[in-house]
Amino acid sequence: MIRPRWEKVASAQGTASIQILTGESRPLAVEAPVREAETRSEEELDLPWNVVVHNDPVNLMTYVTMVFQRVFGYPREKAERHMLEVHHKGRSILWSGMRERAELYVQQLHGHLLLATLEKVN
Amino acid sequence: MEICRQGDALEISDLDPFLAELLRQIPASANPEGSPAAEQRLFTSPSDSKEKDICKEWKMYVEPELRRLFRSATETVAADLVQLNGKERSATNCTLRIPAAHADAWLNALNQARLAITARYNFSDGELNDHYRSPIGSRRDLSLFQVNFYGFLQEFILRELESL
Repeated sequence: MIRPRWEKVASAQGTASIQILTGESRPLAVEAPVREAETRSEEELDLPWNVVVHNDPVNLMTYVTMVFQRVFGYPREKAERHMLEVHHKGRSILWSGMRERAELYVQQLHGHLLLATLEKVN
Repeated sequence: MEICRQGDALEISDLDPFLAELLRQIPASANPEGSPAAEQRLFTSPSDSKEKDICKEWKMYVEPELRRLFRSATETVAADLVQLNGKERSATNCTLRIPAAHADAWLNALNQARLAITARYNFSDGELNDHYRSPIGSRRDLSLFQVNFYGFLQEFILRELESL
């Protein structure tokens, strides 16, 4: 599951360049064209997914803030805002986007033992 | 008990035998074995039951990774706790040094232990916020104290990480 498809896309595209020999002795280096990935499945074109964190009376507020900063790279103020939303409203949407990335975030949050879920945006 | 930063380590000094014993219990307390409630809390579902595929794949691919991660954290903590070995029957206070590089493992293991204990005893929000309850009384009271003591340690470690 946590096998982000973008990694496969990156390796399929490769980073190689080709060289075109011109009349001059010096070959002209041209970057290989970046081919649009052909992996746009129905799923990828689907609605985005939310990464939701739910309230937990055990996890410390300072700990949750630190985890949000680390996982999402949010500045402290934003991380604290989300932490307080979780605390007061019971849940907060931390991120929305493609499923693979959302899965990766949820995995990281579970690694820090937060109650996190993936939810399809309605 | 005193906690302070000493170079590359966090030092818990003047640790009395009772608190030293609570620290020794971190790895065992973090182990959810034998408690379905603790197991369920440490390995929660990533989605609601409607998303069956997600939950199935999660069980298959992610959960084993999480188990490895959690085990690695408790093993690191257990290795640090070896410093307290041989002092179990001593009435004198001792010192524990936690290398700063192990701070994340400690945070993780302490969290595992707090969550597992809370799930085992099904502590209410009211109980969790009762920081003045005496640890002497029942096993439940002692476990609640354990949750709060581990939380206090987490707060200290977090504060030190911030100052790095």
